[in-house]
Amino acid sequence: MRSPARLAPWALLAAGAVLPLILSPYDVNLVARFLAMGILALGLVLTWGHGGILSLGQGVFFGLGGYALAMHMKLATLAEGEMPDFMTWSGLERLPWWWAPFGSGAFALVAVVAVPAGLAALFAWSVFHRRVGGTYFALITQALALAFATLLISQQPYTGGFNGLTDFTSLFGADLNAPAMGDILFWVTLALLAATYVGVKALLASRFGTMLRASRDGENRVRFLGHDPTPYKVVAFAVAAGLAGVAGALFTLHAGVVSPALVGVVPSIEMVIWVAIGGRNSLAGAVAGALFVNIARDAISSAFPELWLYALGTLFILVVTLLPDGLAGLAGRRWRRA
Amino acid sequence: MDSALVLTQIFNGFSLASLYLLAALGLALSFGLMRVINMAHGEMLMLGGYLAYLTLLAVPGPMGILVAMPVAFAGAACMGGVIQIGLVRHLSARPLDTLLATWGVSLILQQAARSLFGAIGVDVTAPAWLDGGFTLAGANVPSSRLFILAVAAAVLAALALVLARTRIGLLVRAVNQDRMMAAATGIDVRRVDLAMFCLGTGIAGLAGVVLALLGPVTPNVGQSYIVPAFLVVVMGGLGSIVGTTVAALLLGLFSALAQIFVDVSVAQVLLLAFVILFIQVRPQGVIASRSRALDA
Repeated sequence: MRSPARLAPWALLAAGAVLPLILSPYDVNLVARFLAMGILALGLVLTWGHGGILSLGQGVFFGLGGYALAMHMKLATLAEGEMPDFMTWSGLERLPWWWAPFGSGAFALVAVVAVPAGLAALFAWSVFHRRVGGTYFALITQALALAFATLLISQQPYTGGFNGLTDFTSLFGADLNAPAMGDILFWVTLALLAATYVGVKALLASRFGTMLRASRDGENRVRFLGHDPTPYKVVAFAVAAGLAGVAGALFTLHAGVVSPALVGVVPSIEMVIWVAIGGRNSLAGAVAGALFVNIARDAISSAFPELWLYALGTLFILVVTLLPDGLAGLAGRRWRRA
Repeated sequence: MDSALVLTQIFNGFSLASLYLLAALGLALSFGLMRVINMAHGEMLMLGGYLAYLTLLAVPGPMGILVAMPVAFAGAACMGGVIQIGLVRHLSARPLDTLLATWGVSLILQQAARSLFGAIGVDVTAPAWLDGGFTLAGANVPSSRLFILAVAAAVLAALALVLARTRIGLLVRAVNQDRMMAAATGIDVRRVDLAMFCLGTGIAGLAGVVLALLGPVTPNVGQSYIVPAFLVVVMGGLGSIVGTTVAALLLGLFSALAQIFVDVSVAQVLLLAFVILFIQVRPQGVIASRSRALDA
């Protein structure tokens, strides 16, 4: 499986780069959204595949990144001293203090990564340093996803409530509705995805990756050898959260909206299935899984919305029981046999 | 502060705790025994609710709800058996994968309920003897919530009796202590697993009946109770009935009392923070299982 597996991602990258020249603007936008999801999926390979840490709350970090950028774009469209419309409707007199810094684009860009990564590090450390993990961690992250989504919906004056934030017109002075913008954002997303791929691959090949896998396979053995596995797990989780934040910000750009519907319990678990289907241990597999599931969802749910949930449930059951290494595992087996 | 309000909230806390307990007991049983979490457990509540609705259509009248309880118990237990034999049994060595696979089941069951009964939900009318309520020391006590408390207490007592006094209880305790050794002495471990899984989902079915007394039964009615129930399991400690009960009480009371000061959504965040703080002090949960095993 040597050469084809190694070259395939780069061939795909080259093929992906020419897509805007072939596809309609609508499809370019759609694929760009799914590529953004791929960045989140790469983070899950790090934390779930190689770290053995199952997070059912990835939507929280996706949402934090998305809202961070959306808050900036919302403020950028307003005139000096104006307030976002939903705040005026709910009777706020002044911009909340924690909104104010997002007026700065640089601050928002840093926040897209730093807020989710920081929160994730704090959260993961508080759970892992007491040696709570596995199923417990998964259940607590799910509670986190539920709490975050309900909070966003209920704090309407500050978050835009159920509708979230929308109606963005400009980004760092560039007109978002300009005809070339879609293609540019597509290429930016593709480049970030490729950079993430290379970065996570390097991380997994380093000593850090080895320690992470060792902690996954035998946490106590790692301890007996004199290492503390906690920092490795915390860093892996924080990196994955930062990547989810980037994905959320890019998605918000492409979709033109960020809302609680994207960050709750169900979307969070759905993110896990992209990676499960593609292959939790394979970077290329995870990206392929994110693309495959989202394209399938788009194709099926527009025609038969009911069918999609049955299909998703069945996919979940079949992949987890029959293909624990996902499509990448299946492909790997093929190559080895040939 | 208004003492009647505090008393009312304390009572609400107990009634919330009994719902959490009924939802969490089954999870705790199978988690303690098999280390697996059934993500479709919330749908067992939903199933119990819909079975109550159907039973009351067939048996109207004041006693309908008492017929609905065994029906819901049996129905949810059977569904649990199907899930255990069809799925959980094959994944027992991979707990996290079991969690994901059963979530797939949960999605399918929710969608099936939506197709069968509609997305809006159905109403179960509480019998007349559960209408109304009374005032106790200024606290408002609705009868239906008192009934829920009684059901939870009865289930808890019955479960304790089964575990302590019956032969199957003895087997469960043996498997819980040392699965390998129990298997070596000739106990059919897989049948014990199956029995406990069915018992647990059956209890969730019962919980669904009492939930139906409080509000409409919708396809995702289980979802609102299942996350607190998960937190109860995290906090309770491995498969301990006492730990589960104490954790359910703590979380129920915390949640109800927090709602005096903040709205429901903030209370939910505080509840999560409370659990995370709690595991800083007692990572093994309320009741730590004593074991010499390295990876308990």
